[in-house]
Amino acid sequence: MTLKTNRRSLMIGAAATLALPAYIRRVNAQSVTKVAGVHASPVENAWNSRIHLAMQQAAEAGLIEYEFSEGVAATDYPRAMREYAESGVGLVWGESYAVEREAREVAADYPDTAFLMGSSGGPEGDNFGVFGTRNHEAAYLAGMLAGTMSESNVFGSVGGYPIPEVNLLINAFRAGVSEVNPEASFLNGFIGAWFDPARAQEAAIAQIDAGADILFGERIGTADGAQARGVKAIGSLIDYTPRYPETVFANAIWNYGPTIEAIVADIQAGNPVGKDYTEFSFMEHGGNELIYVADMVPADAIPAMEARQAAIQSGEFEVPIDNNEPA
Amino acid sequence: MIEALDLLMSESLWAAVLRIATPLIFGVLGALLCERSGVLNLGIEGIMTMGAMTGWLTVYLGGDLWMGLVIAALAGALMGLLHAGLTVPLGLSQHVSGLGITLFASALAYYLYRLIVEVGETPPTIEPFRPYAVPVLSDIPVLGPVLFTQTAPTYLALVTVAVLAYVLARTPLGLAIRMTGENPHAVEAQGLNPNALRVGAVVAGSALMGLGGAFLTTAAFNSFFPEMVQGRGWICIALVVFASWQPGKALVGALLFAFFDAYQLRLQTVVEGVPYQLFLMAPYVLSIVALILVARRAEVPEALMAPYRRGER
Repeated sequence: MTLKTNRRSLMIGAAATLALPAYIRRVNAQSVTKVAGVHASPVENAWNSRIHLAMQQAAEAGLIEYEFSEGVAATDYPRAMREYAESGVGLVWGESYAVEREAREVAADYPDTAFLMGSSGGPEGDNFGVFGTRNHEAAYLAGMLAGTMSESNVFGSVGGYPIPEVNLLINAFRAGVSEVNPEASFLNGFIGAWFDPARAQEAAIAQIDAGADILFGERIGTADGAQARGVKAIGSLIDYTPRYPETVFANAIWNYGPTIEAIVADIQAGNPVGKDYTEFSFMEHGGNELIYVADMVPADAIPAMEARQAAIQSGEFEVPIDNNEPA
Repeated sequence: MIEALDLLMSESLWAAVLRIATPLIFGVLGALLCERSGVLNLGIEGIMTMGAMTGWLTVYLGGDLWMGLVIAALAGALMGLLHAGLTVPLGLSQHVSGLGITLFASALAYYLYRLIVEVGETPPTIEPFRPYAVPVLSDIPVLGPVLFTQTAPTYLALVTVAVLAYVLARTPLGLAIRMTGENPHAVEAQGLNPNALRVGAVVAGSALMGLGGAFLTTAAFNSFFPEMVQGRGWICIALVVFASWQPGKALVGALLFAFFDAYQLRLQTVVEGVPYQLFLMAPYVLSIVALILVARRAEVPEALMAPYRRGER
């Protein structure tokens, strides 16, 4: 038998070749979700680093495929979202704080793509999910440890801007301190920038001068001030202890893994993702945790903190969420 | 209220003033030198970012801190050369070129950093300049802890003010630079090359800006963040006007701005019920007010922003 190529077989062959990538994509989509991260900041900025790390871990575990852009300016942000949506990813992850309206417009244009955005607003439609940052429970527990450690009973904190996610964190820390130390008084400074470590450090020193001897560092740079003056500090979001071993005795860690798992499960099950995924940052889901250096805290402070931790995990105790600007 | 006044008496406040002022002093001197020769350098914000990155990177890769400062100055000078090339011989718009340099240098710093340094949870650190107590002098009450227990770059900044003031006011070179900013034709008539003087002044000024950036990563902090200059360059541009293009007054302006900043950070801790934004605004508002009062009498270099072409009238 001789092989003959006629017009019909050529057409069929060409069509099959063209359709193959689409078919493969379909098959793949059922097992691995392609995720594109659009980071407004460099990925080693504390908040983004937690998400970046969790994404990388999920990719290593075979749950997702992960690609990302970083340092994307607000003016460029919708363009980057569109480009990823056009490229056929299953989920576009991002932060829409500065581009709420534009991000929602993009999501509406790509109804088959899931979007998950760090946002101050609510979810929208079937495909625009949102999440908030919650490591306040761990901050509360850190406050319970700190409350027993101060000599001056003055507790400081340095924040970026008074947005709800920052306010509720600082307030939770204070509530934790107050639970074990009714005499506590508090100082707070906002530096009006997300990344100005030199200024955060000056704000920390200003509070130490005003009597604070334990500082809650919402911003990087705070612990540098504490280190320079020999007082103690608490880290937020990431583990700062390796960086400041003598200074940072506890960290309110934020884990983003549970949120990724939750939305990927929804995508793979074909559920609409237009909902609020904030709950997966709660301790109940493993979304935040306290890590601390036991040698640096008084031994008798630990049992009470651990009892609270168990109560939070079991849902018996709810750490109050107070969005008001701390004075 | 009493507490707010008490703060003024604390040594810690005044020590903080010098720390906060240091990058501004370098930046404002650099901008001033450029402008005295007739070239506005709006590349400052990017050049400071470049200096912050390269200075830090040098130390991170094994150089010592002083080498870091030298490299930062060279990186600044290189960016300055680019700006000078565009604006002096080519005579392009100094505004457009300067803003272009800021965008370019910031992006380049970020890009090089990303190429060379691995992404981690927090940026890697170096061992920065530590405060150095000058023997004997640091024992003077009040003045000692404020003035003589700073990091080395702060001393360098203060010395640079004196050197630049001397060079500009008392040397033939300074006279030539000033004259280039006022009347380049007169410089030409003296047998000097005004464009060469301008290129030299912009390169040297940009090197100072690079040092200002490097202070942030080798003394004030020990890591690099791409956004960490945070507008300090723009403040320097305003401070030049405040200073009427004079190094001594530039020092006063930088210290004044830093004072407002250090003071507001402390006021936030003692005054309750006032929105923190008002405090954050204070240094900027007060700088504008000071600018209005001072700038009316300022003597702007006559040929600022006017490209010089030989034989043109």
